[in-house]
Amino acid sequence: MSEITLKSVEDNLVEADSGEVMAWDSKIRRAFTVYLPLAVFVFVLLFPFYWMTITAFKSNGELLDYQHNNPFWIHSPTLDNIRELLFNTEYPRWLVITMSVSIGATVISLFSSVLAAYAIQRLRFRGSKWVGLAIYLAYLVPPTILFIPLAQVVYNFGLFDSPWALVLTYPTFLVPFCTWLLIGYFKSIPYELEECALIDGASRLQILRRITLPLAVPGLISAGIFAFTLSWNEFIYALAFISSSENKTVPVAILTELVQGDAYHWGALMAGALLGSLPVAIFYSFFVDYYVSSMTGAVKE
Amino acid sequence: MDALTDISTWVAPSRKPSALQLLFDNKTFLVVICLLPAMGLLLVFLTYPLGLGIWLSFTDTKLGQPGEWVGLDNFAYLLEDRVFINAVWNTIFYTAAATVFKFALGLWLALLLNENVPFKSLLRAFILLPWITPTVLSAIAFWWIYDPQFSIISYVFKDVLHWTNSNFDFLGTPWHARWSLIVANVWRGIPFVAISLLAGLQTISPSLYEAAMLDGAGSWQRFRRVTVPLLMPILAVVLTFSVLFTFADFQLVYAITRGGPINSTHLMATLAFQRAIPGAALGEGAAIAVAMIPFLILATLFSYFAIGQRKWQQGGSDE
Repeated sequence: MSEITLKSVEDNLVEADSGEVMAWDSKIRRAFTVYLPLAVFVFVLLFPFYWMTITAFKSNGELLDYQHNNPFWIHSPTLDNIRELLFNTEYPRWLVITMSVSIGATVISLFSSVLAAYAIQRLRFRGSKWVGLAIYLAYLVPPTILFIPLAQVVYNFGLFDSPWALVLTYPTFLVPFCTWLLIGYFKSIPYELEECALIDGASRLQILRRITLPLAVPGLISAGIFAFTLSWNEFIYALAFISSSENKTVPVAILTELVQGDAYHWGALMAGALLGSLPVAIFYSFFVDYYVSSMTGAVKE
Repeated sequence: MDALTDISTWVAPSRKPSALQLLFDNKTFLVVICLLPAMGLLLVFLTYPLGLGIWLSFTDTKLGQPGEWVGLDNFAYLLEDRVFINAVWNTIFYTAAATVFKFALGLWLALLLNENVPFKSLLRAFILLPWITPTVLSAIAFWWIYDPQFSIISYVFKDVLHWTNSNFDFLGTPWHARWSLIVANVWRGIPFVAISLLAGLQTISPSLYEAAMLDGAGSWQRFRRVTVPLLMPILAVVLTFSVLFTFADFQLVYAITRGGPINSTHLMATLAFQRAIPGAALGEGAAIAVAMIPFLILATLFSYFAIGQRKWQQGGSDE
């Protein structure tokens, strides 16, 4: 985010369409009222990531020595922290667990949400409005008031300390969200298309598979990436239901396995946080527009 | 419906649908089948635990051993418990302060982004980063930033600017710790508020601003009389979600302070966790979680009605 380019583009724009004095005045004004605050916002919002990244590549000696090195830069970059993380801890395994739990929970949630949203929005049975409302209310129940009784449910099912506990409980917050999002998408598909297919003799399930779903692909992608990131980021269920080290997810493992005693290995911790954020960040960068549209779409509904 | 089936049999008289196909064309059956997975999951893992949680809060269940009905004992005990009362006030304070700053700064950022700035979509993508990265992982970054000895903020103020002689003690005293947590929460919440409100701002037609300008409205009046009322519906929804999830926040506090120093930063959620899972007192933990429910309902109703009504009064379209 170089501020200079922002400003020079703006300079050209302003000079192109107004007189000299006016342009000068509004240019300064705009720099102070728009670009300066915006630059501060971007700086503050991104600084922790920058700090996380450079800490991850510093050696332990450099990390804690602010007198001889400028802490804002890396003098002798090293991969030691990452090597330590990958080869001396179970980090790769935690990544695999997190990945499989997220994919499993996403698939289950998408499958049940598509069917539920289709039933609510398209089959229009009596009481479908109430079912929709109930699903919306389910979204308003935060996991923090559910995890205690859920721990007991999971325990009774014999799933305690198993990744399956997470695959089955994550849909409790994913299904309401995805269903709500997909209802909005199905609404935007003209009902006439389905009527035509009905007249041509297609069954309801054929209509769903051949007509509605292909048209709702953007909605499915949005719901899918949202579900994936939400499961990747989930913390409290994973903390409460998993106790053995080899079944932990990345967020929980970093906090409970890498933080030992009073001497924190900040380099390894930051490397872990960075690597743990990277998959969602990469995933997100491919689908930014879907992500934004699903976020704002869900709010507007 | 009858007419439709008539036509289909007439078009292809030779093809007889199988029994299974007929079953799947029965609407009631189809509705049940379609709703079954979602409803099943939600009933088993959401509705039932919600009820179970309320029941647990009236028992003295311990982790791994069934408890007995003790009536309101858990709640009576909690009302006497200084740590719990403190956690309630702290949760309310945390939610209120974080929400105010999140919305003030988020709205400001949304307005800035709504100006014609270059690289808008790129900016938007970067701004959302704090919101998509796992909260615990960014919380660890904040923990490092708040380190008593090696905080980068202390370094800037002490060794670069020479404004102070000693390091800041971000997490050492109760009030410092509370504000540090609020800052981290606001940092994480701004993107969501800003991007949602930006979507709302973009739906406001520019002709309304032109009309207001022709009528001689200044920029503050345009903001107050055009932007705010038209933004109200979306603001109400974003506020509801934000308040709800800030009130039920767990991760930030658990990752950065774990409720310390001396239990002063416990939220109701972290206290419930501490009592129920490491402390093994499931009944008491459940009682704390259940005590959150009235606050959550109140917050939802308040933001829904307080703001939902005003959009209607000020002439915005209802729905």
